Amino acid sequence: MTLAATTAEIARAVATGERSAEEVVGECLDRIEASDGALNAFLSCDRDRALSCARNVDAARAKGDQLGPLAGVPIAVKDNICTTFGATTCASRILKPFHSRYGAHVVERLEGAGAIIVGKTNLDEFAMGSSTEHGAFGPTRNPWDPARVAGGSSGGSAAAVAARFVTGALGSDTGGSVRQPAAFCGVVGLKPTYGRVSRYGLVAFGSSLDQISPIASDVRDVALLLSIIAGHDTRDSTSVDAPVPEYDAKLNQPLNGVRIGVSDQYFGEGLDGQVRDAVWGAIDLMHREGAEIVPIDLPHMKYAVACYYIIAPAEASSNLARFDGVHYGYRTAEPKDIIDLYASTRGQAFGAEVKRRIMLGTYALSSGYYDAYYLKALKVRTLIKRDFDQAFESVDVIASPVTPTTAFRLGEKTDDPLAMYLEDIYTISANLAGVCAISLPCGFDRQGLPIGLQLTRPAFGEERLLSIAHQYQLRTDYHARQPPAAAVA
Amino acid sequence: MASVLDETAVRHVAHLARLDVTDEEVVRFAEQLSSILSYVEQLNEPDTADIPPTAHALPVTNAFRDDTVRPCWEPDRALHNAPQRQEDFFQVPKVLGQDGT
Repeated sequence: MTLAATTAEIARAVATGERSAEEVVGECLDRIEASDGALNAFLSCDRDRALSCARNVDAARAKGDQLGPLAGVPIAVKDNICTTFGATTCASRILKPFHSRYGAHVVERLEGAGAIIVGKTNLDEFAMGSSTEHGAFGPTRNPWDPARVAGGSSGGSAAAVAARFVTGALGSDTGGSVRQPAAFCGVVGLKPTYGRVSRYGLVAFGSSLDQISPIASDVRDVALLLSIIAGHDTRDSTSVDAPVPEYDAKLNQPLNGVRIGVSDQYFGEGLDGQVRDAVWGAIDLMHREGAEIVPIDLPHMKYAVACYYIIAPAEASSNLARFDGVHYGYRTAEPKDIIDLYASTRGQAFGAEVKRRIMLGTYALSSGYYDAYYLKALKVRTLIKRDFDQAFESVDVIASPVTPTTAFRLGEKTDDPLAMYLEDIYTISANLAGVCAISLPCGFDRQGLPIGLQLTRPAFGEERLLSIAHQYQLRTDYHARQPPAAAVA
Repeated sequence: MASVLDETAVRHVAHLARLDVTDEEVVRFAEQLSSILSYVEQLNEPDTADIPPTAHALPVTNAFRDDTVRPCWEPDRALHNAPQRQEDFFQVPKVLGQDGT
């Protein structure tokens, strides 16, 4: 049953004693060991620790203790989320070695709920990229076609769920880094509202944009994970003190009467015809179930990529200043002086994409260019946010594609940074506006590659968002299909 | 906006970022960053004269907590990942006596 099981089903099987946590976790680790060589979804797994945690769950159950809602469930965590066990690498040579002395809030929450962290997943270095090719430890391959990328930057987490190594995983989404790989890998990824989930222990990239985000094979599991990781945490001053509903218990609101906003700006030039047809197929299905389709206008969305590629690199250049060879990680050998220590360490250990973004951000913030680039981008960000505010006065949810195309080939865009950036054209605006958005499977192209549907709701609109997405999944089976690799694993 | 970043500018920005770049990287970054900056030029299209900047998307203001004494990390914990350590300090090359750059 393991292969087809969901997070909720595994938790139930462990709670009832039908399966032991040790057995579930052992099988999970065996699958990763047997099949991840071909995908490279994981950067590290700590078998001994995972099995020991699983035995603790089994012992607690034997004693009659109350078990957490995720007791015994194997979960994977993106390797830019700090754990006190194993290494945290951000797929960067500059954090080799780094062993965090504190764990992320989300890891505490998951483990508090009984989940077993089985491993840390691959990513683009410091989460900068859209293909999981920009890491120091090799690319992650797409389980649906190993010649193609898994998407990024949370490609390892999305591939691990698609290959059914785990039923749930965490990623981080700064400009689409969970939604885009979820779309490419045929799984569900939710970027919660900015402030919904504490980022304590997430290695910062773009601090006004980053949000830790759950990935699973269906909406119910994503809702379950969000219920556990969401909520206020005083250690992240941007986390919002708002009530956390039991998202997974509120999925049965009807589609009838839901007002779905559709904007031409998401369906213009560059969008693959098969992706367009699949997304419209999903919109039509919800319309037949009683949802209303409302045309909306998002006139400034076309500036989202330009706006983002000033703001995110500016924030990154500041955040990554801490990697200087002094406090942790790599240090250059025999520096001439302190400046050389910083510059050589960083020059030797950062990869090309991280360097590009640090350069871009430093330039945009430098004397004489701050107003022209950074301040201008912040003002355009206001216009993009206002577009959403206005649209949500007349609609409940916005439906769109997640990506212009299905998964592209490894190496196809690595030499052309701008082409890679344009991959995120439909996902970035949700981060700029701080709203919540979900990516879920809505079809396959003629090559058998998954296509994603994006649904976007206003800030703190997750409950209704998850319900709409779940209602769609009750009527379709795209999310239940598995890649050939998972079938043989 | 200046849309082209030449090699001199790339070296200057790399210095500001405390980032060593090779000659080959200077050539490549000049080309790639110029192409990205040209794309970004479109931010000049919308009129933003009366538009306030958005630094982050939610109306969250300062989050204050009580100013109370709390436990902090022991030196060994804080220095656990230090590339070089001397007693309870991070060790670095001599800082004073340089030209101040």
